[in-house]
Amino acid sequence: MSVSVLLFARASDLAGTSSTELEFDENPTVAEFKLALTQQFPQLEVLSKQLLVAVNNNYVQDGDAIPDNAEVACFPPVSGG
Amino acid sequence: MSFNESDCWIELVDQPIDVSVVQEFVTTRSAGAVVLFLGTVREMTGERQTVALDYQAYPEMAVAKMQEIASEAKEKWPIQKVALIHRTGRLELAEASVVVGVSTPHRGDSFAAGQFLIDELKVRVPVWKRENWVDGTTEWVHPGADSGLPASESPES
Repeated sequence: MSVSVLLFARASDLAGTSSTELEFDENPTVAEFKLALTQQFPQLEVLSKQLLVAVNNNYVQDGDAIPDNAEVACFPPVSGG
Repeated sequence: MSFNESDCWIELVDQPIDVSVVQEFVTTRSAGAVVLFLGTVREMTGERQTVALDYQAYPEMAVAKMQEIASEAKEKWPIQKVALIHRTGRLELAEASVVVGVSTPHRGDSFAAGQFLIDELKVRVPVWKRENWVDGTTEWVHPGADSGLPASESPES
């Protein structure tokens, strides 16, 4: 399956793109997804422990599975306000 | 619990926020208290001087999370009207990046709800600020991340 990913803020700057696609044999967990993302963009390693993942506008945890056709976003801690 | 559309104003905007319009929106005859909170662009963070902030949002999720926070507040306090408006793009010093407005029958609930709304917004709404320091360098603010600043010293507006 292919997972489309949106990147924001410093994650987007480090990766040099605001979106990417990752391929998986089966639905990855969030931890597997983050591993694949940092393999594609090693420069994200500096943020890896802080990277947050959202699926369909909700935060998800490392053990959660990424469903088919989900909108996935990955970004560092938020700083609005 | 969700609001009637006429009781809840959630928006991301890329232009200056007119606070008087927000005040007018949350003011209602069933409320005896209105609290407005403005987050504004601060010049100094410790010894470092900012000339402007750039705000970026993940728009769909930011709006969804602001709606979620407003609904949670409505469960906790007798909110009559609520507004959560966040600005994006380039902001100059002292401009408002966020405006929170809330009205309740009595003031204690408005203060408590206003505090909850801005505190939760800062924790979970996907918006980020980037400092434009006076020396020409820029820096994303990511509390707790490897930004070069400890979380306790991270700039907040």
